[in-house]
Amino acid sequence: MWNLTLRAKEISGCGIAGIIHKKGELIPGEMILKAICCQYERGNGLGAGFAAYGIYPDLAEYYALHVMAQNRQALEKVEEFLQKNTFLNFQEPIPTKRVKTIKNPPLFKRYFVKPKLEEEEAEFCNLTAEDDRMVQLVMEINEKIEGAYVISSGKNMGVFKGVGFPDEIAEFFRIDEYKAFIWTAHNRFPTNTPGWWGGAHPFTILDWSIVHNGEISSYGTNRRYLELFGYKCTLLTDTEVVAYILDLLIRKHGLPLELACKAMAPPFWIEIDEMPEEERELYTALRILYGGAVLNGPFAILFAYNGGLVGLNDRVKLRPLVAASKGDLYFMASEEAAIRAICPDPEKIWAPKAGEPVIIEMEEGVIPNQKSYLKPRPVEVREDALRIGYIPPSLFSGK
Amino acid sequence: MPLELDISHLHYSQVNKILRDYIEKGEREFILRGVNGHRYLFAGISAEIKAQLYGTPGLDLGAFMRGPEIRVFGNVQDGAGNTMDEGKIVVHGMAGDVVGYAMRGGKIHIYGDVGYRVGIHMKAYMDKVPVIIIGGKAGDFLGEYMAGGIIILLGMHSIYPERPLAGLFLGTGMHGGTIYVRGKVKESYLGLGLKPYALDGEDEKILEKHLKEYCDDFGLDLSEILKEDFIKIIPYTHRPYGKLYAY
Repeated sequence: MWNLTLRAKEISGCGIAGIIHKKGELIPGEMILKAICCQYERGNGLGAGFAAYGIYPDLAEYYALHVMAQNRQALEKVEEFLQKNTFLNFQEPIPTKRVKTIKNPPLFKRYFVKPKLEEEEAEFCNLTAEDDRMVQLVMEINEKIEGAYVISSGKNMGVFKGVGFPDEIAEFFRIDEYKAFIWTAHNRFPTNTPGWWGGAHPFTILDWSIVHNGEISSYGTNRRYLELFGYKCTLLTDTEVVAYILDLLIRKHGLPLELACKAMAPPFWIEIDEMPEEERELYTALRILYGGAVLNGPFAILFAYNGGLVGLNDRVKLRPLVAASKGDLYFMASEEAAIRAICPDPEKIWAPKAGEPVIIEMEEGVIPNQKSYLKPRPVEVREDALRIGYIPPSLFSGK
Repeated sequence: MPLELDISHLHYSQVNKILRDYIEKGEREFILRGVNGHRYLFAGISAEIKAQLYGTPGLDLGAFMRGPEIRVFGNVQDGAGNTMDEGKIVVHGMAGDVVGYAMRGGKIHIYGDVGYRVGIHMKAYMDKVPVIIIGGKAGDFLGEYMAGGIIILLGMHSIYPERPLAGLFLGTGMHGGTIYVRGKVKESYLGLGLKPYALDGEDEKILEKHLKEYCDDFGLDLSEILKEDFIKIIPYTHRPYGKLYAY
């Protein structure tokens, strides 16, 4: 069923939508479904998906692995692998429903795990080592176990995706039975890679999830750049690189969120030339150091993590993105109509500027394992820093 | 009496069919309520009709149309007035990207801000001179590859105080038509080879004529708009890329 030859990239005209509640209140699945279905024509039935944050509060300390498998044997191999490498707390099939139009869906199961660590790592008992190990394990399953893919691996979150229109995929995964404080959704129109279950959005690593409308023509460059740091692209769709770039730049290299976005969608040199000296120095360093992380081509992406939702356009705005707010609820979508379908009277509605991220973080301390990436953080992996050089922290002062 | 329809529960293809049937039967005035994301409304309609839309119409509002006068009480999405030929779109809110793409006649009046690439590939021929008037600010690439027609940018009714009047690459590759801007733009924001010019008497007459109609549409005071000086941007050659591809 998944006998795929490796192809380079995808060109698409998809639809995206996202919602976040700043105080961490739960939003029913029907809401995101309504927003994405308002943009029905932006997809062609070859992929749809949802990311939901806050859906496993009782197991919030465990990495929730959503695994998609071609058959029973592949699933058994994953289970064997997990037995060996993780502490498995709980497992169950992901509840699904028969949908007439969805033929031969793969198997879906979720596992709540903590990785087993080497002794010296365990001594420090730090989350960084756990996260790093988890990334390795996901890469290993995706690369080495034939017919099985981890489609999400974050804590207290999960991704539900497949081949179909958004309403079909929502029915299949019973999205209406979930409530989340952040939702993102995608409606896919692939034109250049197979519309297969693993190629649907969102793409994830740890609790990063990305939905994307557009085409990342720098996929090859980005993919090779990421390989330097142990990330392996196995899902045959360009969007995958964004998940790993975020993980590398923000979690590993400690860049503040906004700057990481600027690394992916950098200002033009003519803009940098006109900046005040300090800023000019920073952006020059950014463009030089992170050339491999620049995303070329048209894109509008939404990405989320435990604590925030971010929207970003390519720097010449070749794909649409609209944002809006009402009270503690913030919305982003490809079309204004998608937002108005679920919030007819937003207090504020605006079109974000090209290359300038819209960052909505939740208020402090409202959810478990909450993360904030607004400020620069210490560089965690020195050998990476040596390999590529790093931005002197003094340059962040203006940020 | 205008025909009033609530289209909130209808798919756009049904709405367009209904509208076409009524127009065929001679109906000339419409009020549409519950508009949200309906694509291609009035696309390709060739008739002198009037319509009021309440809500946010979907992509390509009035594409290819010849004649209808559409007034939108709300915002419009991307591609409004795509390749429109005659008629008018009046928007009481803001507009998305590529408004008036390849427009060849008629008028688009927008009260607020517009997105990127507005007026890209606009053209004019003989007595057909399309006009886009923007009350707010514009994103990058305004009037890109413009071949004819008039764009007037006022920058007055914007929700983005932090943004420049017009974005980067203003008029890039333009080889016909005129862009008038109320106030000043940074020369570095202009497309390659372009320069801002002062207005002459003929320009002032053209501006006043179009702005008067714009003010009538929104109940604005013309003298308020004319308080500030305008500049104009015109092509420096009719073949800016003539030597780029031919060696």
